[in-house]
Amino acid sequence: MQAFGYSEPTTVAKATGAAAANAEGRYLAGGQSLLAAMKLGLAAPGELIDLGRVPELRGIKVEGNGALLTIGATTTHAEVAASLEVGARIPALAALAGGIGDRQVRNRGTLGGSLANDDPAADYPAAVLGLGATVNTNQRQIAADDFFKGLFETALAPGELIVSVTFPVPKKAAYEKFRNPASRFALVGVFVAQAAQGPRVAVTGAGSRGVFRVKAMEQALARDWSAKAIESVAVPAADLQTDLHASAEYRANLVTVLARRAVAAA
Amino acid sequence: MTDTTVREKSSTPARERATQPSGPIGARIERKEDLRFLTGSGQYTDDVTLPHQSYACFVRSPHAHARLRSIRTDTAKRSPGVLAVYTGADIPPAVGGLPCGWLITGVDGKPMKEPKHPILAQGKVRYVGDPVAIVVAETYDQAKEAAQLVEVDYEPLPAVVDVRDALRKGAPAVHDEAPDNVCYVWALGDKAAVDAAFAKAAHVTTLEFVNNRLIPNAIEPRACNAAYARADDSYTLYVANQNPHVERLLMTAFVLGLPEHKVRVIAPDVGGGFGSKIYLYAEETVCVWAAKLVNRPIKWTAERSESFQADAHGRDHVTKAELALDKDGKFLAMRVKTTAAMGAYLSTFASCIPTILYATLLAGQYTTPAIHCEVTAVFTNTAPVDAYRGAGRPEATYVVERLVATAAREMAIAQDEIRRRNFIRKFPYATPVALTYDTGDYEACLDGAMKLADVAGFPKRKEEAAKRGKLRGLGWSSYIEACGLAPSNVAGSLGARAGLFEAGEVRVHPTGKVTVFTGSHSHGQGHETTFAQVVADRLGIAVDDVDVVHGDTGRIPFGMGTYGSRSIAVGGTAIMKAVDKVVAKGRKIAAHLMEVSDADVEFRDGKFTVKGTDKNVPFAQVALTAYVPHNYPLDKLEPGLDETAFYDPTNFTYPAGTHICEVEIDPETGETRIVSFSACDDFGNIINPMIVEGQVHGGLAQGIGQALLEGCVYDRESGQLLTGSYMDYAMPRAADLPSFKVDTRVTPCTHNPLGVKGCGEAGAIGAPAAVINAICDATGAKDVEMPATSERVWRTLRAGQKRS
Repeated sequence: MQAFGYSEPTTVAKATGAAAANAEGRYLAGGQSLLAAMKLGLAAPGELIDLGRVPELRGIKVEGNGALLTIGATTTHAEVAASLEVGARIPALAALAGGIGDRQVRNRGTLGGSLANDDPAADYPAAVLGLGATVNTNQRQIAADDFFKGLFETALAPGELIVSVTFPVPKKAAYEKFRNPASRFALVGVFVAQAAQGPRVAVTGAGSRGVFRVKAMEQALARDWSAKAIESVAVPAADLQTDLHASAEYRANLVTVLARRAVAAA
Repeated sequence: MTDTTVREKSSTPARERATQPSGPIGARIERKEDLRFLTGSGQYTDDVTLPHQSYACFVRSPHAHARLRSIRTDTAKRSPGVLAVYTGADIPPAVGGLPCGWLITGVDGKPMKEPKHPILAQGKVRYVGDPVAIVVAETYDQAKEAAQLVEVDYEPLPAVVDVRDALRKGAPAVHDEAPDNVCYVWALGDKAAVDAAFAKAAHVTTLEFVNNRLIPNAIEPRACNAAYARADDSYTLYVANQNPHVERLLMTAFVLGLPEHKVRVIAPDVGGGFGSKIYLYAEETVCVWAAKLVNRPIKWTAERSESFQADAHGRDHVTKAELALDKDGKFLAMRVKTTAAMGAYLSTFASCIPTILYATLLAGQYTTPAIHCEVTAVFTNTAPVDAYRGAGRPEATYVVERLVATAAREMAIAQDEIRRRNFIRKFPYATPVALTYDTGDYEACLDGAMKLADVAGFPKRKEEAAKRGKLRGLGWSSYIEACGLAPSNVAGSLGARAGLFEAGEVRVHPTGKVTVFTGSHSHGQGHETTFAQVVADRLGIAVDDVDVVHGDTGRIPFGMGTYGSRSIAVGGTAIMKAVDKVVAKGRKIAAHLMEVSDADVEFRDGKFTVKGTDKNVPFAQVALTAYVPHNYPLDKLEPGLDETAFYDPTNFTYPAGTHICEVEIDPETGETRIVSFSACDDFGNIINPMIVEGQVHGGLAQGIGQALLEGCVYDRESGQLLTGSYMDYAMPRAADLPSFKVDTRVTPCTHNPLGVKGCGEAGAIGAPAAVINAICDATGAKDVEMPATSERVWRTLRAGQKRS
């Protein structure tokens, strides 16, 4: 690991200020991806700006008369999984958080860190896109549909910091994940939600450009919210990832199977 | 059917294990070593830090095959904290290559090809991870940073990583000495008899499959700490190793040319080996060589990614296997053709694994009268391949039990029935592939496993699963192993360049407490408990009064180490022989004390007693007398009570058993869950059932790992290791495994005093075939390639749907 500077800002303003002052700086949230990358020499930030002491970035709030949940960016997966507010309003989100990585990862890893990293096999992007959430940064609000830009790529500008994410509470939702047996990341994960504006289906782990929505399934579910309605809706394998662990064809099969199971479970 | 009516019983019927042992042998004693392991007070190689410690980092090849044009080390040498940088060019010509301990002679009568295996690459690199240079620095971080400053100019060459590609005409040659990449072509068995039997067979079952390459993954990575002492021109090497004497012998006599008595090798607590720590590796050899030049102790501990790249891997066979049967399902002959990867260089025992430890096991538990096996060993641009838990025997069991299960399905004979029709029942039994089984009762284990697995209830469970849309299958595997390696003269006649005996010393202290020094090495097996039980049982003393010392050439008389499930059968017997000598001498001392003749004294329950009387001397008093010889026959007997024995076995031991696996498959995803796994094994007499069960559990986990999850993958074009971390190499975890059902039957080994056979590898040997047979049963497929990933099973099911 290369030598690096380290700072512990206590407010969002100080954190973004530190980032602006350090072109080679990186925000450090739970560190579950960044620190591992640094150890392997794949990342070598000049400065780590630790967000762990910024109270504004943490916590879970119910807003809009119970129609919205806003979760702070450095809220850990374990906190989301254990939250009574999340469990009561969006149990699928609590279950998703409780199924990320392992216990150690869930106690360190954060919502904002996961979204900013945008790993194509991460779980949270499926929930954010599947629920039509809004990513609140220090500069603006970004709709989920505009946030994810590809593999490890987001709409975040340099130095822009995720402050929180606002999730609209759906009528129903569920997440089904098929784990990669080695890493236990999602080989394919499908988040389905019956939201106020209609059904949404988001897929992680499978897309060759990261998390994506399956419009054909959403349309079928809009006509008939049932597992049967989507059992013959397939995503084209050409848009999916082939790697050591699974072919695009197999992933396409899993998308349909898991979407159907998620609808049944929601 | 002809022979289902009256079936002979085994000539050595098994008994069930006694539940109430009378002494320490057979007792479920908690492991003595666990206190230190569970409280973090174990002492592993990396825990050893010596005065003036320095640290090493190796520069490794990023290419599978490349010519070394030049290496510049000046920048690295100027890096902070760096003490020395050495490359292959710095190694003196007198330093030899890493040796291979087993000479295989090919069918052409010529010895195998043994290209030099330099301790740092010279001229070319031949696999990703091949060590190119060592950097020694004040701290590991400094060494690692400087290692990145070593400038190596590589000229990449075409690489070959798959044995099938390596044999193609015009394939890149890994070594100039073997332009066709063939190390040897070797064969065993009567080819003419096999061909004749096939010609008259009523049925022939044919299978072609890959036995997947595995990466060992001991929890403790390889590590060493090498120190040189100017005072007496001696070396001390701490190393995570399974056989320190062998390590020392190979390193001093064959590579570095050091006087053997000036090198002390200590293998302290070792966190798992599974074979991968048997071998003499380049890293520790370079550290010993460099320690004198740097005049500082040098410590190296592999990072996990180095373990993936540069530990010797296991398996990697491509096989075509055929079984000829008569109309009743009796086996007539077996024909096997295997291509086995050696990797880039011959590791210490690489050559004997797919030959001596493989083809000789192809009779399995059956009376197959004619067997022929041809093995082509091939160099590839990959990490070397050598013994990994089971070593040749899992591959053999996979061949036999996949063939048997497939034949049974093809001929519509029940899985247990086809085995019963072919079991060996008369012992001793000479197989057509060079072994003589001393004893066994295969049907007893088969029946035991069927009971554990509730085979009778399977149709109901299958039906219930089908209602939930799931597929269930049952898979059998009746394995045999040759353990207790090995009769030295037999091994020698087959090409071994080493003896395979074991040594043990039993030191009785004046107070009657005992320290045992064993040449076996424990790296998870629990020898400190098992061996103490054996000695305590024989001497009639408390288990806590016996300590076991292992893993130090400075303290142990000699040792061949631990592998091939040999420790209790060979190491334990050596200790027993030493105990016998202690008792024999003690009898003379006791006779003197009681003023009777030696012949009138017997030893029982910790006392020397005059036969037919209650007159006796306790063991501790004899011990004290031996060291305080005031009233002692000094004219006839030396004082002291400390005996050493060497034991060379007269035969292999033959643990055997039946494993039955039940799987449930989700046909929509291909996901395969092991819902039940039953193992009924015959390990001969059992010293500590709890430890044996632990060994079986661990072996099963590894065998199931091979069948369902683990598979080392190199990119077929570039030769890059694609499964180079736990992100990509799937290890079995607790949640992947059911609660195992295990039981044993006992036919004591006939040629060692404890009647023991060994248990360390059985799980890994039996399990893979049981799992794949279960998947084939559930899916109706003839074969599914290992690891049977969800996608492979899903594709198998889809192919089946298309066919029907």
